[in-house]
Amino acid sequence: MKSGSSSSFRGSKGLIILIFGLIVFITILFYTLPLLSLFLRITPEEFINTIYEPNVQSAILLSLVTATTATAIIVILGTPLAFLNARVDYSGRKFVETLIDIPIVLPPSVAGLSLLVLLGRRGLLGSTLSEMGITIIFTTLAVIIAQVFVAGPLYIRQAKSAFAMVDPVFESASRTLGAGPIITFIKVTAPLARTGLISGIIISFARAIGEFGATIMVAGNLPGKTQTMPLAIYGFMQSNLTASIALSIVLIAISFVILVLIRILSGKSA
Amino acid sequence: MLEVQLKKSLRDFDLDVSLSVRSGEVLVLLGENGSGKSTTLNLLAGLLNPDEGIISLNERILYSGCTSVELPPEDRNIGYVFQNYALFPHMSAFENVAFGLRRRSMASVEIHKRVQHILDDLGVGHLMYERVTNLSGGQRQRVALARALVIQPDLLLLDEPLTALDRQAREKIRIELREELVKSCKPSIIVTHSLKDAEIMGDRVIILAEGKIIWTGQPNELEKHSGSPQVRYISDEYISFSKIAID
Repeated sequence: MKSGSSSSFRGSKGLIILIFGLIVFITILFYTLPLLSLFLRITPEEFINTIYEPNVQSAILLSLVTATTATAIIVILGTPLAFLNARVDYSGRKFVETLIDIPIVLPPSVAGLSLLVLLGRRGLLGSTLSEMGITIIFTTLAVIIAQVFVAGPLYIRQAKSAFAMVDPVFESASRTLGAGPIITFIKVTAPLARTGLISGIIISFARAIGEFGATIMVAGNLPGKTQTMPLAIYGFMQSNLTASIALSIVLIAISFVILVLIRILSGKSA
Repeated sequence: MLEVQLKKSLRDFDLDVSLSVRSGEVLVLLGENGSGKSTTLNLLAGLLNPDEGIISLNERILYSGCTSVELPPEDRNIGYVFQNYALFPHMSAFENVAFGLRRRSMASVEIHKRVQHILDDLGVGHLMYERVTNLSGGQRQRVALARALVIQPDLLLLDEPLTALDRQAREKIRIELREELVKSCKPSIIVTHSLKDAEIMGDRVIILAEGKIIWTGQPNELEKHSGSPQVRYISDEYISFSKIAID
C-alpha cells in the first residue's frame, strides 16, 4: 500500500517535470526558431554578396548615421531634463514624467501620425516652416526626428534613475571644494552615473535603429534618403527577399551586441 | 574670525543660532540627532539658504539677508569634512585631494607637491594612488581631512568626523584630529553627538536642542556642569539636559 502510493507520487512528480520541461522547451523554440530560420534561409556567400549591394549598403549606412545622430540629440536634449527630474521635486514633475513616457507605450502609427500632423505642410509647425521654405516631411531629418521622438523617453527614464542613484552629498562636497554646478556635473555626477547613462544611450540607440512605424509615416521609404534598415527590409520583401534576410541578420547582430553590452554594464553596476 | 546669526524655518522647528569662532579655535556643536547641528554647517557652507541673518568670515560677508549677499558654496573657501567623508568613489586618494586645487587653476607640479605633502603629513602618503573605496575608515577620514585642509580654507567644518570609525580608531584619531585643527590656525566647527569628542577636541562647546542654543561653555565646564541649570545628570560618558541626552 505504502510502496504503491510512493510510486504514484514518483510518477506524478515525473509527469510534472516532463510538462515543465516541455513548456520551457516550447518557449525557447518559439523565440529562437523564427530567428534561426532567417540564418538557415541564406548561405554565407549570399549574405556577403547581398551586403555589398548599393541599396542594402545605403540602408545600413543611413540607419547607422540617423540612429547615431538621433542618440546624440537625445543625450543633449534628454540629460538636463533627466537630471532635473532626479534632483528637483518641482510641482507637476510626475505629470511631466508621464507625458514624456507616452511615446514608449504609444503605437508607432500614432507617433508617426502626430509627427505628421505637427510637421506636415499644413501642420502646426510645418505650415510656418513651409512658408520659410523648410520642408521636413520625407527627408532624412524626418527620420531622425521620428527616432528621437520614440527612443528619447527610454534614455530620459534610464538617465533619471542613474542620476537619482548618485548621493547628492558628492555634489555638495564638490561645490565646497570650489567647483561650480557645471564642473560638478561633469567631474562628479556624470561619472558616478556613467553606467546607467551608457545603458540609456545603448537602449535608445537600439530603439532608434529599429524604428519603423513612425518613420515610414513621417519620412516615407525613399532609398538613399529615408530608407533605413527596417524600412528596406519591408521594401525588399516583394522584390529581393535575400536582401531583406541579410539586413535582418545585420539587425539581429546589432541587437545581440547591444544586449551583451547591457549585460556587461549591468554586471558592473551590480 | 567667523561671526554668524542665522534663522531658518525647518519642518519640525525654527533654527535660530548666533555664534562666533576665533581663528585657531575649535567650536563643538553638541546635540542629539535632528537638533539642527548639520543644518547649521550646511547653512554656513552655502549648501542651504537661511531665511535671514548674516555670515561674516574674516570680515568677508558670505551671506546677508539684508543686503541680499549670498555667495555660492564654491566661492566661500570653506573646508568641509562630511559625515561618511563623501570621498569621490571614482577617484584615487590623490585625485580626491587634488580636486579642490585643480579648481584653483594651480600648476600640476604644484598640485602634486601639495597633495603628496599633506597626505604624508597625515600618514597616508603611501596610499596616494589607491582608489578610496579600498581604504579603511581611518584612512578615508585622513584623506577627507587632507582634501578639506589642502585648499587652505578660511573655515573648517567637520560633520561627525569620527562616527564611521570603530572605537579603537576613534580614540586615536580624536587626539590627532585635535592636533591638526589647532595646527591649521583656522576657525573650526565640529558637529558631534559624543560628549567625549567635545571634551577632547573642543575649545568651546555649544549645545543645540530643536534649533536653539541651550548651553555654551568650556568642555571642562560640561563635567562640572557649572552655568548649566538644565543639567540633570552627568558622568564620564553621559550628560542629561532638561531636554536632551548626550552620551
